[in-house]
Amino acid sequence: MKNKAYVPYFFIAPAVILFSVFMLYPILYSFVMSFQTSVGGIMEFNGIENYKRLFSDEIFLKALKNTFILLIIQVPIMIFLALVLANLLNSSILKFKGLFRVTFFLPAVTSLVAYSIIFSIMLMNDGVINQVLMSLGFGAIPWLSDPFWAKASLVLAITWRWCGYNMIIFLAALQNIPDQLYEAADIDGASRFRQFFSITIPQLKPVILFSAVLSTIGTLQLFDEPYTLTEGGPSDETLTIGMYLYQTGFRYFDFGYASTIAYVIVILVAIMTYFQFKIAGDSE
Amino acid sequence: MKKRNVKVRKFGLYFLLLVGALISLFPFYWSAIGATNESGSMFTKPPTLIPGNQLLENMSNLNEQIGIGRVMFNSLFISITYTIIALFVCSMASYAFAKFKFKGRDIIFTIFLLSMMVPYHATIIPLFKMMASWGWLNQYQAVILPNIAYPFAIFLMRQNMLAFPTALIEASRIDGASEWKIFYKVVLPSMKPALAATAIFLFMYQWNSFLWPLIALSSTDMYTFPVALSSLFGLSRIDYGQVMTGVTLATVPIIIFFLSLQRYFISGMLGSALKE
Repeated sequence: MKNKAYVPYFFIAPAVILFSVFMLYPILYSFVMSFQTSVGGIMEFNGIENYKRLFSDEIFLKALKNTFILLIIQVPIMIFLALVLANLLNSSILKFKGLFRVTFFLPAVTSLVAYSIIFSIMLMNDGVINQVLMSLGFGAIPWLSDPFWAKASLVLAITWRWCGYNMIIFLAALQNIPDQLYEAADIDGASRFRQFFSITIPQLKPVILFSAVLSTIGTLQLFDEPYTLTEGGPSDETLTIGMYLYQTGFRYFDFGYASTIAYVIVILVAIMTYFQFKIAGDSE
Repeated sequence: MKKRNVKVRKFGLYFLLLVGALISLFPFYWSAIGATNESGSMFTKPPTLIPGNQLLENMSNLNEQIGIGRVMFNSLFISITYTIIALFVCSMASYAFAKFKFKGRDIIFTIFLLSMMVPYHATIIPLFKMMASWGWLNQYQAVILPNIAYPFAIFLMRQNMLAFPTALIEASRIDGASEWKIFYKVVLPSMKPALAATAIFLFMYQWNSFLWPLIALSSTDMYTFPVALSSLFGLSRIDYGQVMTGVTLATVPIIIFFLSLQRYFISGMLGSALKE
């Protein structure tokens, strides 16, 4: 039996070959391209010029700022809501759990483009959301035409799409928290509210970290939603790094600089992930 | 006193969850209603919340604009082919990672895992150049092939394969079964829930994929739903009834697919999260 050492290699071969050709090679190649620029259609090295250009590129800096604003506002709101929902769904007195679970997860099944279109139509000036607001006596909100509200629209839409997805992850982890912890807290007279912050959240920390890292990676690459929902507007106020990369690469065909922007995303993901792990590790 | 307290809590619980459910479901309902009404009905006061009789009209307009049959075929063909190949390739790899000891195993597996952290954007420009040089742009394989070896799918399958009893594999070996037969006839059949969960994941990924198909597919007769919808929504004069019909058509198959396998999907996701 022992001489069949090739067997595992046979099993991983298709995956490794496809991965190398379509993932590993492009990742490395775009790193090389991030130091190149096109001179008369031929890629030539230009050192760190592309990286220097980033710092004086106002549109890039704006995209960077927008992406971070979305990240800082959207991810905590979504994770908090997902935690609350998971906690409610985990309640022992609740019936129809499966039905609620599927209902909350359903948004995560839909295509990013499709839901962005639906939200875009709902959020138009004379759209259904403003109609409801006005009939309740509030004023209409310029959702898609005002810099602040355009960002709020994106936060709203992304939270709708991803909240249930994170909720499912938290729900799984909640079922692993020993009941005795809550029973002891009940005896000590701790309120539900207190239990949520003093037992649930600390117990779920590794999973919250996992979700936060995934959501951060997702937000740093954000493309489909701003492309469809706000088209980056008004006046680039919702332009994200992902969108700017697409424009640079496939509207202006500046592949070198677009690769540099891609690597900015790679570097940011690495830094953010490092800090998230560090923060989570320190408070332990 | 205590009993009343429970009642109040129950009421609050259901109230919050029902409001949440309403928010979750409303956009689906709204797009389905939009698909059966004319363009202006999405902006009436008070809002139109009941089905109209414009569905067929919208369908035929939409068909003229993007060719529903063709887009549906493209999306289904790409997603189904992709799911089948990827499921096969990923479960083969995950079997080796879970059940064999071999040189380089841990390094290769770590590279797969680390690549999940690399944004997809870092691959699209070289991919585009590669596909262009092979003459593959605007062809199905350009969209199907790049993510066949999907690291998360390998990870998900491996977690499930780890639990498969090694003794059973060894017993089959002693019985003289070939390695391939052991994988295909002994291991895979017992992996049905994991395979279903991974299949939904892969299908959802490909059905909803937008950025790469937008770049790789250039002619309207090759468009998948997200690309076709995006082009429709980018027109200067938008017929909203038509757009909502398209959105609904793009959403219904994936919801049916999800609902029919959701039992496995949620437990598969729960399983992988538990082992994090």
